[in-house]
Amino acid sequence: MRYAMIIDTKKCVGCSDCVVACQNENRVPIGYCRDWVIENAKGTFPNVSIELRSERCNHCENSPCVRCCPTGASHYENGGLVMVDRSKCIGCGACVQSCPYNARYSHPDGFVDKCSFCNHRLKEGKNPSCVSVCPTSCMYFGDLDDSESQVSQLLKNRGWKVLAPEVGTKPQVYYLI
Amino acid sequence: MNEEILISGRMNPHIDPTLGIWGWEIPLYLFLGGLAAGILFFAALYSLLGKEKELPTAVRKATFLVPIILMVGLGALFLDLKNKLYFWQLYTTIRIESPMSWGAWILMLITPLSMAWCLSYWRDLIPNWTWQLKFLEWVEVFVQKYRKTFAWTMIISSVILGIYTGILLSAFNARPLWNTSILGPLFLVSGLSTGAATIMWLSKEKLERSLFSKIDLLLIGIEVFFIIHLFMGFMASNAAQIEAAQLFLGGAYTLPFWGGVVLLGLVIPAILEVMELRGKHIPVALPAILILIGGLVFRFIIVDAGQISQYFY
Ligand code: SF4
Ligand code: SF4
Repeated sequence: MRYAMIIDTKKCVGCSDCVVACQNENRVPIGYCRDWVIENAKGTFPNVSIELRSERCNHCENSPCVRCCPTGASHYENGGLVMVDRSKCIGCGACVQSCPYNARYSHPDGFVDKCSFCNHRLKEGKNPSCVSVCPTSCMYFGDLDDSESQVSQLLKNRGWKVLAPEVGTKPQVYYLI
Repeated sequence: MNEEILISGRMNPHIDPTLGIWGWEIPLYLFLGGLAAGILFFAALYSLLGKEKELPTAVRKATFLVPIILMVGLGALFLDLKNKLYFWQLYTTIRIESPMSWGAWILMLITPLSMAWCLSYWRDLIPNWTWQLKFLEWVEVFVQKYRKTFAWTMIISSVILGIYTGILLSAFNARPLWNTSILGPLFLVSGLSTGAATIMWLSKEKLERSLFSKIDLLLIGIEVFFIIHLFMGFMASNAAQIEAAQLFLGGAYTLPFWGGVVLLGLVIPAILEVMELRGKHIPVALPAILILIGGLVFRFIIVDAGQISQYFY
């Protein structure tokens, strides 16, 4: 089992429904978020292009956040999920510094929090809430070890990228381009 | 012109625009760790070289500060934790991959070690002291008996502590400014130099003062060399590190770094020390205080600037 999320930048309209759905589902305190939308415009006028990306923790295969955690609170779980054990986290902030994607934040209740791929929903056989709520259905979730799965097929047939591969974290959120 | 604009819909005022999660606590902790490492290193070194009589401040007097310095440092680390009641979780595992973890453990080792070292010289301070607790007397005799072993342990653990203060930062590949292996040696040398400055400041012996003044000069030289090396490395590296170096080469930290750290904290004290060695009368506190402040500011700037430096994607 190797979980992955795929986001189609060609279909995303930047509505931020995924952000609100996550805040609701995971009781993210007001003023914080586990996912966010980036609008990236580049080029020289009139040759400009725009890319919309919904970003979150990439559940990296080689995660610096798990490596640097002094207590083992940040850890891997089934399917390669990167999770934070709240009862072990001392809030030292090392993992926040270690994440090249700035995916973590310090929760006001004294632990570090981030996207969990809605692990509690996965256990019930549901998709993460951002994936289920997206009005353009631009997000996909599944198992990369299964070559027949939708996510495997998408990566086979479409062009894709991951964010900042040069940092060597092996992110598991893929963007179709 | 080819331009790129990023607009973030991230509703996260607590972490954007930068992830400044480390405030004053971590830089202070790193500074005090380096200072304690410096003092202990010289105490152990000159004890092993049999210079206890000639260099009383280095071997004995200055070490009385170390337990206090370490306590304040640990206090600062404790204040940085967002979940203070869980701090003991640090001591339920040893995670070799995590510098934060072995830093916590090395402090756990070196704090009692420095206390025992002080106990063994307690009667220097108060000659007719009698211990109320049998245990303390036992420690005193024990350290005196095995002083060599103690000194060796102290040298090794103080070097680890000094290097650790840099490696804690350099291990983060997500922060291009920190992610350079020269930071460990640079912080170690800077820590040794603040330690030497403290000893020089406290010392009343002419010989000891001029020795530590010379040591300090040497360390300042090495530090300047490392700093040049650091920037040469950045400029020859990838876009993210070149961008990070720009923070110091025209960016927001240019003046505080080159003015506050390099000029006031290294060059001027070095000039003052050379003048003093040449026989000019200069109050010894002046270069010492400049070096100490320079070392503190240095850590603040590196921790602060590092949190701004990022990868762009
Ligand atoms: S995106 Fe950041 S928080 Fe998530 S696994 Fe990677 S390094 Fe860790
Ligand atoms: S803040 Fe918590 S999860 Fe992050 S490194 Fe520290 S203990 Fe681990």
